[in-house]
Amino acid sequence: MDARLSRREALGVLGAPLAAGTKSKVVVAHGAGMNETALLRALDNAMRACFDVDTSVEAWRRVVKPGEVVGLKVNCLSGKGNSTHVVLVEALCHRLQEAGVPAKNIVVWDRLNSDLESAGFRPSTNPNRVRYMGNDTLGYGSELATHGEAGSLLCRTLTDVCDAVINLPVLKDHGIVGVTMALKNMFGAIHNPNKYHINVGDPYVADVNMLGPIRRKVRLHLCDAISAQYEGGPSFMPQWTWPFNGLLVSQDPVALDTVGWRIIEQKRAERGMPPLKAARREPTYIARAGGPGYRMGVSDPARIARVEV
Amino acid sequence: MQRRDFLLSAASGAAAASDARYTREAKFYDKLPHKKIKCKLCPRECVIDDRERGYCGVRENRGGVYYTLVHSRVVAAHVDPIEKKPFFHFHPGSTAFSIATAGCNVNCKMCQNWDISQVRPEQVTSNYLPPEGAAEVAARYHCASIAYTYSEPVIFFEYMIDTAERAHAAGIKSAVVTGGYIQPEPLKLLCGKVDAIKVDLKAYSEKFYRETVNGELKPVLNALVEMRKLGMWTEIVYLVVPTLNDGEQEFRGLARWVRTYLGTDVPLHFSRFHPEYLLKNLPPTPLSTLERAHSIAAAEGLHYVYIGNVPGHPAENTYCPKCRRAVVERTGFAVRATHLKKGNCEYCRQPIAGVWEG
Repeated sequence: MDARLSRREALGVLGAPLAAGTKSKVVVAHGAGMNETALLRALDNAMRACFDVDTSVEAWRRVVKPGEVVGLKVNCLSGKGNSTHVVLVEALCHRLQEAGVPAKNIVVWDRLNSDLESAGFRPSTNPNRVRYMGNDTLGYGSELATHGEAGSLLCRTLTDVCDAVINLPVLKDHGIVGVTMALKNMFGAIHNPNKYHINVGDPYVADVNMLGPIRRKVRLHLCDAISAQYEGGPSFMPQWTWPFNGLLVSQDPVALDTVGWRIIEQKRAERGMPPLKAARREPTYIARAGGPGYRMGVSDPARIARVEV
Repeated sequence: MQRRDFLLSAASGAAAASDARYTREAKFYDKLPHKKIKCKLCPRECVIDDRERGYCGVRENRGGVYYTLVHSRVVAAHVDPIEKKPFFHFHPGSTAFSIATAGCNVNCKMCQNWDISQVRPEQVTSNYLPPEGAAEVAARYHCASIAYTYSEPVIFFEYMIDTAERAHAAGIKSAVVTGGYIQPEPLKLLCGKVDAIKVDLKAYSEKFYRETVNGELKPVLNALVEMRKLGMWTEIVYLVVPTLNDGEQEFRGLARWVRTYLGTDVPLHFSRFHPEYLLKNLPPTPLSTLERAHSIAAAEGLHYVYIGNVPGHPAENTYCPKCRRAVVERTGFAVRATHLKKGNCEYCRQPIAGVWEG
């Protein structure tokens, strides 16, 4: 497997670089709770705003095409406490099917089947329905994908099954790398995430996201912020979790993480906690991912359009 | 060891759907608030959240209790010449039943066994081989020792300790092949259980350890000193990687450090690098570089300096430091002849450092 991006792929898949003066858009949709109707409304609002279209179906058709197999990369590390919520995944599956993606072409995946189960998903490989698969179902490829300091085997769900991926992280603190959202969630696609937490994840998080199949296939980042956590992550710590009741949506993982980081810092300040820099876990990997040699998005807040809906 | 025997020794391995048989509470860790733990096995001291693993990938926090997931979980097992480890002064010509589990506490870019050392245990095929089973197989194949090798035995510490105890009871010794990245307390326990340790000293610079190993040099040097203090038979291998750790100053600094802190009798093997893993862009080590390293270390007064991974080179032999005659003649991993009598040079009676019999 060649993990590098060709120039053609880079330009074709990632889209043209932002024109001068153009801002990278991150939509923060409010009113998302565990109520399905409210959640669908928030999701629709977010998608319409993100793509400047009138209907959510139009928006989803900008993300995926009928016939493609679409992976939904959830984050289940916090069990039922604060993982990607089942109700959000169900809402998303509903909208994808309306946009022409049949259920059999939707694959919900994370590291392990046991992780999926702990968050309330039921692992299933039934080819006629939405599939739920941990990486232990198909395993990992045999060829190393490399970029910078990262050298990893990628899960076959990503490389062999999915044509496109929608990234569904959770908005939360991380005790080692500062925060975990869009960029960090891709650690669930590699065989050796334990090797990449050193040095606050910098440059490892950025390097992993540069691996070819990840860069090629991840189309949208939809961060579950129904409840969010500002301390003690990635494990679920109810005392440090609050109901944000929101969704963060962007095509730019760097911008999304920048906005999410700010939300967490704001909550930490409200609760009298030191900023992550003072706690010696400033997520410098976010700026790295937007910087020279990576250019995966925008980390400068002045160049991010935060759209509240 | 034949594949069939390994599979038989692992009789019920195939049925190991659950990981319970591989799981033991780990030694050497502190419990922290909020179900976190701090691992105290290696100098990295990973702080690990519930349901997460340490850097090694084989030790997991489950609800605030730390577990090893690789006890008796063997991913490689072979009967090897002890020279392959390499140990040149520890029962030369004998065989070692050599075992490994998945995992490692560093991530060397030149790792030759990354497909077992840089993976989690559930990502590779493994077999159940409990300590008594390992001792039994070693005895059946007339092995003088069990070698803990291939990946990094520090991370399967509990299994290694238990196996060494069983092996000793059966009259079989234990030899450890390690990066030496271990805390003093577990090292002390280890040295009380095994008979020889070979340390892969990756370089003599913190820069190389930081950039190429993802570890630190100083704790490894400290561990070497401690091993010698505890009377452990110790050998050192230095894999010479072109352009990264092959400077003359580095060779000289290393040789002087060995002479000063470990003594002139500690064997030092300079081994040829082959392009692997994340360093496929580099060529194999030129022979001239290895010979330069050899001559520098010898000139600094080290008695037993070798060149490795160059079969047939005269520097594979052990020479008497007094009369300079070959007392152990080798080609590759094979011992062709020995000229020792009770650990002394057959020609001049000079004691040759090592563990030669018993």
